[in-house]
Amino acid sequence: MKAPPFAYAKAKSLAEAFDLIERPGAKILAGGQSLIPSLNMRLASPDLLVDITGLRDLGVIDLRPNGLRIGALATHSQIESSELVARHVPLLAEAVKHVAHPAIRNRGTIGGSLALADPAAEYPACALALNATIVLAHRRGERRVSAGNFFKGLFETDVRPGEILAAVEFPKVDRSVFLELSRRQGDYAIVGLAGVADASGKRIAFFGAGATPMLAVNAAKENTLEGAQRALSKDLNPPADLYHSSATKLHLAKVLLSRAWNTLSKPH
Amino acid sequence: MEHALETTLTVNGQRVTRRIEPRQHLVDFLREELGLTGSHIGCEHGVCGACTIRVNGEIVRGCLMLAVQADGCTVETIEGLTDSKELAPLQKAFHERNALQCGFCTPGMLMAAQDLVRSKAKPTRDEIRAHISGNYCRCTGYQSIVDAIEETLNGQG
Repeated sequence: MKAPPFAYAKAKSLAEAFDLIERPGAKILAGGQSLIPSLNMRLASPDLLVDITGLRDLGVIDLRPNGLRIGALATHSQIESSELVARHVPLLAEAVKHVAHPAIRNRGTIGGSLALADPAAEYPACALALNATIVLAHRRGERRVSAGNFFKGLFETDVRPGEILAAVEFPKVDRSVFLELSRRQGDYAIVGLAGVADASGKRIAFFGAGATPMLAVNAAKENTLEGAQRALSKDLNPPADLYHSSATKLHLAKVLLSRAWNTLSKPH
Repeated sequence: MEHALETTLTVNGQRVTRRIEPRQHLVDFLREELGLTGSHIGCEHGVCGACTIRVNGEIVRGCLMLAVQADGCTVETIEGLTDSKELAPLQKAFHERNALQCGFCTPGMLMAAQDLVRSKAKPTRDEIRAHISGNYCRCTGYQSIVDAIEETLNGQG
């Protein structure tokens, strides 16, 4: 289908973007790889699209003392080819290979993916497993929210009116596993796992297994795979989709847990 | 045309300026306003890949980009890359391998495949399949398409 009519403005500065997003019915347009389909299918009908892709400062990938800061407008392709990402956040480098297809990766952005918070998307689960910090810019400065507090519900986040997701900061973690089951390369996940481990323990997030990315708190505390698989039933109650029952998804989540377990359990 | 914006872009080497409604996506603009109907419209929500074009040197979905977003951009379509002969080796291989039946997906398939050819990588068949995973063909079963791409990649030494 064709999108309904709307106005369009490309922000030349962050200050101008803050002005534009306060207009009635305004919506932020970044890579547009989820927003434009929803316009084409008439699932969304904003009055004004505020294109922020001209704000080059928001596209920088930058190594900081406490981790890697990735600007919201970094595309999946930039993340895929970034040596900084490969070296310092290998979990993300693995995950990006599963994000859609090359032509979509060239335009889609990490900020867009996090702000949309699709429960089957890869980055939100990576952010949760790594306990990343989401940086939200507003007129008077910025607000920092941990990934654990950012994903509130189905397609629902902690972004408040007047805020623009500006960046995400990932701590460096060298041991990580990313696994995803999908019907075809690049499709949304049936279920997926983003797991990390360090001296303080494991953090294992599942996606496609709830309304938000889900942290498997009980499973991560267990010392054996069998115990962790049993405990996973307490962590997850996945909603069925068109093709997979809740029980199938839980089973598949346990399969992924078994594939990830050895890597995450090696002594430090 | 209440929201129309003046937009200037370069399409296949030619500079064009038009007033464009923001709701019009880029592939519709190319087809309807410029008569470049080689880029096809299949699903219009980014799934099928039939509208794959090149913007500033990178392949994108023509249905997932607004034409007004292409202001200042360089756009290349199947017509431009055919005229420049850039696609000639792939087109020859597709022809010889019978890598199409109805041909609807072929322009998008060629644009995606050329992206791989240009990268000078030496991908495996699985990697070729992964690269064209966003381009649907409902006729061939992909075997001959992968053959044609593989042959082109091997032929370029």
